[in-house]
Amino acid sequence: MAKVKLKEFAFARSGDKGDGSNVGIFVTNAKDYELIKAQLTVARVKQHFHAICKGEVTRFEAPNLLALNFLLRDSLGGGGSESLKTDAQGKTHGLGLLEMEVDR
Amino acid sequence: MRDKVLIGYGQGFWGDSILGPVRLVREGPLDYLALDYLAEVTMSIMQKLKGRNPKAGYATDFVAMLDRTLPDITKKGIKVIANAGGVNPEGCLQAVLELARKKGIKGLKVGIIDGDDILTRIPELLKSGHSLKNMDDGRPLADVQSRLLSANVYIGAFAVAECLAAGAQIVIGGRLTDPALVAGPMIHEFGWSPTDWHKLAAGTMAGHIAECGPQCTGGNYTGWREVQDFVRIGYPIIEASPDGTFVVTKHEGTGGLVTRNTVVSQLLYEMGDPRRYLGPDCTADFTSAKVEEIGKDRVRLSGIQGAPATPTYKVSLSYQNGFKTAGQLTIAGPDAVAKAKLCADIVFGRLAFDGCTFAEHEKLIEIVGAGVCHDGILATADPAEVVLRLGVKCDDEDKVDRFGMEIVPLVTSGPPGVTGYAGGRPKATDIVGYWPALLDKTQVTTRVRVEVS
Repeated sequence: MAKVKLKEFAFARSGDKGDGSNVGIFVTNAKDYELIKAQLTVARVKQHFHAICKGEVTRFEAPNLLALNFLLRDSLGGGGSESLKTDAQGKTHGLGLLEMEVDR
Repeated sequence: MRDKVLIGYGQGFWGDSILGPVRLVREGPLDYLALDYLAEVTMSIMQKLKGRNPKAGYATDFVAMLDRTLPDITKKGIKVIANAGGVNPEGCLQAVLELARKKGIKGLKVGIIDGDDILTRIPELLKSGHSLKNMDDGRPLADVQSRLLSANVYIGAFAVAECLAAGAQIVIGGRLTDPALVAGPMIHEFGWSPTDWHKLAAGTMAGHIAECGPQCTGGNYTGWREVQDFVRIGYPIIEASPDGTFVVTKHEGTGGLVTRNTVVSQLLYEMGDPRRYLGPDCTADFTSAKVEEIGKDRVRLSGIQGAPATPTYKVSLSYQNGFKTAGQLTIAGPDAVAKAKLCADIVFGRLAFDGCTFAEHEKLIEIVGAGVCHDGILATADPAEVVLRLGVKCDDEDKVDRFGMEIVPLVTSGPPGVTGYAGGRPKATDIVGYWPALLDKTQVTTRVRVEVS
């Protein structure tokens, strides 16, 4: 087991969903999928985005895509055109998740 | 029936590169060209333009694009599906017909779909018991009714198919869903019925993959080092089959790449519950799809399962929700972050001194270059310079403008190294609030009409 950042082996994409963002993350083999399912808990992701996400985090699984999808509520400073933030649409949140360290 | 139809997606949003559609019609075989010009905010802007000029309120970029591509489109018989009509499909139709006449193109059939714009019907709908309450937070529409700017129903793929069946080569809609621009041609070509849930789900999923153009061919891909030739990145082509399976690909010789990874990346874009992707025509289960690489730049999706659509349409409403502005300065080091923080305190301190105060949630202070996008995740130690972004939002336009006057003076009255104030005073602009709602499908009727140049 070594500490590895998700960006070393996973891919991500994010975008806006109302006043929040979605962060999709996926890997390329079953073993890594088990790893992210076990380690990317809702609590861990909420903690990782503590300064960005002010609301609830929800997780969905898409095993056919070896993917997890997280919804981060209240993570855009109002969302869409109401937000003043540079990243008002959560475009960079996927890259933010890839900076998380996991045991692999 | 054709056993294969090629649908290219040349425009992911209003403001996307004109090279998308121009190259799709030029660089390889194509049956349909789908183009998306709308976003939630776009509709309110278009209503404003139409308010000033009854002939305006559609995507003028679409007409400019046709100005460059119409000769190729007519020569090759490519059909075009676009939601470029905005809040004035009729105005868009007339502009396209005029362009065709100007170019000496006779016999071009241009169709429009309307019925999605329900702004003027809101009082009647509320009176007859359709609450249009905010589907995110449950608020009643009465809270914002006097400030409404636009109200459009998301129309599905069957209206597109109907317009194609009526003979249109160019189909212009208002608020058609992005996937409907792709699923519509499939319904038309393959004769799918409104209860072919699995096939409709496949069409929806194909549309979802293509709807941001090159975001499925290497754009915005976190494996970006793999991407060759961003300059000539290929826009996506869906190679559709009658049984609902389809291949995501791009024209040979174009840049970018189509792999399992680039396609899955885009499948996850703006995703909610992947088992229940709701659309006007069906409910698609994205977890049912088998995704396989079957060749260079060819990814096949099969086995997609769908279920009946809900009895309601989604409605996108927008309303005036106050004012905002933001401005920025560049702060050079040494001590760029500390000086940027001081600058923010000075601006809001001087405003308060002059009786202009803002609540915490009305203020924005960003020190770009010191970990804004990855706040709390990645920190940058002592950057050589930062960009200080300051912003406010509130209901009082004068206060927002007063704020805008207090940024540039920092150049001479703050710490040293403040520069980059080009652009002058930021001015108050409208905040357009977004109001998603549901409406019973029985309340919406779409109409298609085709005219010939």
